[in-house]
Amino acid sequence: MRTLTGNEAIAEAMRQVNPDVIAAYPITPSTPVVEKFAKFVADGVVDTELVTTESEHSAMSACVGAAAAGGRVMTATGAVGLAFMFEVIYVASSFRLPIVVAIANRALNAPLNIHGDHSDTMAARDSGWIQLYSENPQECYDNIIQAVKIAEHPKVRTPVMVCFDGFQTSHMIENLYVEPDEVVKRFIGEYKPIYPLLDYEHPVTYGAWDRPDYLMEHKRSQVEGLYAALEVINDVGKEYEKLTGRRYGLIEAYKLEDAELGIVVMSATASTVKDVVNKLREQGVKAGLLRIRAFRPFPASEVAKNLASLKSVAVLDRSWTGGAIGGPLFHEVCSALYNLDTHPKVVNYIYGIGGRDVYPEHIEGVYQDLSKIAKTGRIERLLGYLNLRE
Amino acid sequence: MAPIRLKDIAGKTEKFARGHRLCPGCGAAITVRQVMLAVGDRPVVVATATGCMEIGTSLFPHTSWRVPWIHTNFPNAASTISGVEAMYRAKRKKGEVSKKIKFIAFGGDGGTYDIGFQALSGAAERGHDFVYICLNNEGYMNTGGQRSSATPMGADTTTSPSGKVLPGKIQWRKDMVRVMAEHGIYAAQACPSKWMDLMRKVEKALEIDGPAYIDVLIPCPTGWKGDPSQSLVTVQKAVDACYWPLYEIEGYKIKLNYKPKEKIPITEWFRSQGRFQHLLKPEYKDLVAKIQAEVDRRWERLLKDAGEA
Repeated sequence: MRTLTGNEAIAEAMRQVNPDVIAAYPITPSTPVVEKFAKFVADGVVDTELVTTESEHSAMSACVGAAAAGGRVMTATGAVGLAFMFEVIYVASSFRLPIVVAIANRALNAPLNIHGDHSDTMAARDSGWIQLYSENPQECYDNIIQAVKIAEHPKVRTPVMVCFDGFQTSHMIENLYVEPDEVVKRFIGEYKPIYPLLDYEHPVTYGAWDRPDYLMEHKRSQVEGLYAALEVINDVGKEYEKLTGRRYGLIEAYKLEDAELGIVVMSATASTVKDVVNKLREQGVKAGLLRIRAFRPFPASEVAKNLASLKSVAVLDRSWTGGAIGGPLFHEVCSALYNLDTHPKVVNYIYGIGGRDVYPEHIEGVYQDLSKIAKTGRIERLLGYLNLRE
Repeated sequence: MAPIRLKDIAGKTEKFARGHRLCPGCGAAITVRQVMLAVGDRPVVVATATGCMEIGTSLFPHTSWRVPWIHTNFPNAASTISGVEAMYRAKRKKGEVSKKIKFIAFGGDGGTYDIGFQALSGAAERGHDFVYICLNNEGYMNTGGQRSSATPMGADTTTSPSGKVLPGKIQWRKDMVRVMAEHGIYAAQACPSKWMDLMRKVEKALEIDGPAYIDVLIPCPTGWKGDPSQSLVTVQKAVDACYWPLYEIEGYKIKLNYKPKEKIPITEWFRSQGRFQHLLKPEYKDLVAKIQAEVDRRWERLLKDAGEA
């Protein structure tokens, strides 16, 4: 048992993975990840080449170069840092490079805000990366280790973003289980790169020019890696459970078996919702929670299976989505349910933008709204906001 | 280092294969061929920024590269090769790679002077062991000939056109070799018309342990509106007008590599290309005099700095 923040838990997992290259540019609130790792390098406890670049754009470019050269590569970023990497993150996934990136979720400018929301990774949701969202520092640690194995799986070969709430999970201190170094080393195994640039006797061309006659086929084949990840994430989770006793899948269904009212949410807020569900269950309210761990690839059939029999569902989105009818998680959940013969009424709430708190009473309010919808079968307000001055 | 001899390089398997899609008379193609011949038998990994060189040599499913090659985006050839080189260092440390590998990045003047400058400066500061070669045709020629910060004053480009009130580009070009030399690295200016000088500089840069920068003025018949069959003759005029002197800077010390027997006026350089034709009209006499004075000033400064004055 160790007492660590989310950032420290990630640095600790990275130390145990001992990647060949980390290329990074510090950004709040993920800065301590790289600071802590730099100390590991300075103390000689890892073999990693740490490339401290002059920007996030160069950090991701160097990650792509290093991964194409043929080795394990990681970095950490968030918010405008991820936005600055944007054109290169598409290259990373198109090259099918198993890079693992820790992302302390944070709002995007403007106005400048350094606190947590999911606007940054939601903007990158279509970049072809796998996205895992972590509920607490323990899961940050566990996700980094599993991400290595998921990303490198021969059927997947796709980069992974391990997301966690900035200034909440990133700075929250928790007692957590850290596995022995040898256990982690055995679990992730040896990495065998495919087509490494450093194999100069077998030269390869990375990043050719595609005209309209090829790009569609290349994109179509690329997405197969993401579809394959649906099974691999579950398999790796099961294997990890055998080792550690901690279970992970694409989703976490909490008291949903007999539920009538459900909330769908990602990351740290799931803990608050679980508390409220426990309280409501004591009062005889059939409340449940569906936590999405893997937003990309989106586990549509698992979502549908777990929500189909509910009466009403609220999707909680923690991102600002300009001009859309609700947030991205809401859209995915609705899409997953739409073609079912029967499905619950679904409403959407935006919460936690720029680090805005969400208290248990807000969540209770959502369940009250759901209860009303379940009784009347009518949605009065499709999109609401939690803890907003109006 | 023994001087490069034609008979040694003739007949070698070229690492830059024939059959590329660059224009006839393209100076970039000629230069890259010279560079890759200078690499010789050394194992090498190449990164290229988005631009003519990249699209002209990598049209899927074909490739002109007989070496490991990577292209990611426009601004980041330097940071991409930084990552490759970092992985090489990591693998060497672990004993997974034993042979010495060299690293080269190519960028146009857009990908070097402008959008790629931050990545290049960062990579040079960090001391990655790579050679950066700027294929400088003084404009964004891959996208139809827009101005860059390498475009010379007075040049007519699509975003700095000559018109009724403006003469073309109204700013001086960035002096990139000096800028890069101030990073404390080897930096050189070269030209494919002086191929032996160019190849010697490439060899030298490859042998240096750390970053090196070579800026090569390459003729672009399309963007310069010149005669493709006269490309190398045209670009040599820039050298003989002392507009593009051949020199190198090592340890902040400047060495001049070529002194023309007779310095030709800048108008000879202008006359060879369509992009400068308007400057030959009488109304631009003052501007041409101003440009000539600046060329002279830079040349005199170089002679002084090189201890030749």
